[in-house]
Amino acid sequence: MGMIIKRKPLNILERLYVPEIVRGLSTTFGKIFEKPVTLEYPEQRPTIPEGYRGVPTLVKDPQGREKCVSCQLCEFVCPPKAIRIQPGEIADDSEYAHVEKGPKEFDIDMLRCIYCGMCQEVCPEEAIWLQNQFSMSGYTRKEMVNNKAKLYELGGTLPDQHFKWNKKKEAAENAAEGGHH
Amino acid sequence: MAEEKKDNLVTVNIDGVDVQVPKGTNMIEAAAKVGKEVPHYCYHPKLSIAGNCRMCLVELGMPGRDRATGEPMLNEDGSPKIMWMPGPAIGCGTNAAPGMHIKTNSEKVKEAREGVTEFLLVNHPLDCPICDQAGECRLQEFSASHGRGQGRFTEEKNVKPKRTRLGPRVTLDDERCILCSRCIRFSQEIANDDVLGFTDRGSYSTLTCFPGKELANNYSLNTVDICPVGALTSTDFRFKMRVWFLKETNSIDFETSAGCNTKVSSREGKIYRITPRRNDAVNDTWMPDSGRELYKKVESEDRLQSSLIDGTEVSAQNAVVAASELLNGGNVAIVGSGKATVEEQFALKGIADAIDHKGVYLVARYGEGDGILITEDRNPNVRGALLTGLIDALPEEQLTDLGQKIDSGEVKTVLTTKEDLIAAGLTEAQLSKVSVVYIGAHANPTTAKAKVVIAGLTQFEKSGTLVNVQFRIQKFNKAIPGPKGAIDDLLALSTIQANLSGEEAPSSIGSIWKSIAAEGSVFEGLSFASLSDEGQLLDGSKFSELPFKEGKSLKYDPQTEAVATTE
Repeated sequence: MGMIIKRKPLNILERLYVPEIVRGLSTTFGKIFEKPVTLEYPEQRPTIPEGYRGVPTLVKDPQGREKCVSCQLCEFVCPPKAIRIQPGEIADDSEYAHVEKGPKEFDIDMLRCIYCGMCQEVCPEEAIWLQNQFSMSGYTRKEMVNNKAKLYELGGTLPDQHFKWNKKKEAAENAAEGGHH
Repeated sequence: MAEEKKDNLVTVNIDGVDVQVPKGTNMIEAAAKVGKEVPHYCYHPKLSIAGNCRMCLVELGMPGRDRATGEPMLNEDGSPKIMWMPGPAIGCGTNAAPGMHIKTNSEKVKEAREGVTEFLLVNHPLDCPICDQAGECRLQEFSASHGRGQGRFTEEKNVKPKRTRLGPRVTLDDERCILCSRCIRFSQEIANDDVLGFTDRGSYSTLTCFPGKELANNYSLNTVDICPVGALTSTDFRFKMRVWFLKETNSIDFETSAGCNTKVSSREGKIYRITPRRNDAVNDTWMPDSGRELYKKVESEDRLQSSLIDGTEVSAQNAVVAASELLNGGNVAIVGSGKATVEEQFALKGIADAIDHKGVYLVARYGEGDGILITEDRNPNVRGALLTGLIDALPEEQLTDLGQKIDSGEVKTVLTTKEDLIAAGLTEAQLSKVSVVYIGAHANPTTAKAKVVIAGLTQFEKSGTLVNVQFRIQKFNKAIPGPKGAIDDLLALSTIQANLSGEEAPSSIGSIWKSIAAEGSVFEGLSFASLSDEGQLLDGSKFSELPFKEGKSLKYDPQTEAVATTE
């Protein structure tokens, strides 16, 4: 059953329209002089809160060693299968030969990535981080796949002070000099 | 396997469940019979007992007897009173005795396991992220299921040699070693090549090769398989792929007539490794190193990527039609292969029956056997060719007879499956006189001279069956897809057969088995789907007079075999 609503007839001020237009314009002009709530993107960028999950990147430790040892756990855990790693051996003459393993290739397909952060969570070496970058663009599908060089470029260095592999190397050097075997 | 005699069985009680096991069974195996896993590292069912890892500790008790009278002691309800030993005993070194009781899951046992695990982890580097064993590591698994969860060890860990080359195929990381000595026992007992041992004592104990020796025998990679931790790793598989990505497909080693059961591990159409699969009737848990490298042939440079007619690339369908026309021309000789599956040999037999052929040949390959799992016959399926009736005598290594027939002009067309005719003794001049149809996966001097080349599949890209030295038929499954231009050899052969005979020939492995298992054949009652992974022995007594070249190997003895067939 429909209900009949009676309309109140407009009074004289309402019928004039002018006061309502003035009221609307006063809001408009009021906002012009207020601090804007929007950003002039992309010239202006928002400040990114801590813990933000942006584009996954690879990081180096403060001494410049690539932290990833290509254990492939991120590849395993990645729900949309965006990560592809080709593991490799670190050459015997390298400064980091004691780490033994590192990624030969490391691709993250940003068309697949869902920014869930599970790769960061699972990484035993704290080598993969979702950082502040949030916008990726490219003209081809291939451009949207971040390779190892790009990932390190995006990632940079994170100031963590564990140096767990250094400890390993030091222990071996101590042992060679007759310390704890 | 002989039936267990009743009086050979003893009753033991595991966690309150009575189970009958043969005399001499140890407690790990007995517990496995009732579905209880006793964790262990050093015990291996095919090696001697060392009892040094202490992981399989269980509580043990025997029915008590009164010392004065010798009478069995009974509980109030009349059941035998169990006298539990004060300390735990190792399951692997404890053999079943009548009335023996064990507890595999009591508080005491759990505590013992926690202690053992903690000590094993004291000096173990926790480098699972870079360890190839991670994912199939017993230490990793048992640390999670039987460990404390966190370590209390704050002292420095031991430093031992890393990345040591033990031999051409094995890399050793001594820090990861838990000194279980499985590899040492394997080298002594199975490979008969005693090269490994421990040096130093206590926490200095280190696994090494004896001076001047290396782990280079053809079974060295089995030590990698049985290593419960990541100490011994395969140099070929090192850092290639994490094991949890790999799909395992049951397969058979194509190297020799021993027919080792294998597992092919692949990911997304690429094979990464081949490991042995346990079959107590064929290869126990071992396989030779040489068989593990066969997967490299899948992507080898001489792989045929598409079919050819006179050297021009054509579709497989056109090549099959051209081959059928050539074979229809008469004066055809057929060269089968001991590397072909039973199904392919059966289809080839169908082709031979459909035409008026001038001889069916097989190329023999012989080499030295090692008495273990490399037999003298390097063809995996000569017995299949005998059973399918493709040939009725043992093949020769050289195709001299075929050469004469070509020279005399009797043979104008040769159909060869997988075999390089030039390697089998024919000359290029002889091949120039005939039209050659080649079906196989790899290019060789014969394909260069062949009129029609049909690109086939390797054993990893198709399913089939082989008959090994014991006349045991075993099946292998397709692990990866073949290249785009290749066609299943069986499909090619059965299409040719259909073209020649004018009748429809079965082309899938399931349907061809309906014909293979026809009444009266030795395959009667079998089918590909129902064939178990252990394989099935076939009646080969018809061929007992043939002078097979194989000598004694791990699970085959020609003498007992001869006795068995004459009985």
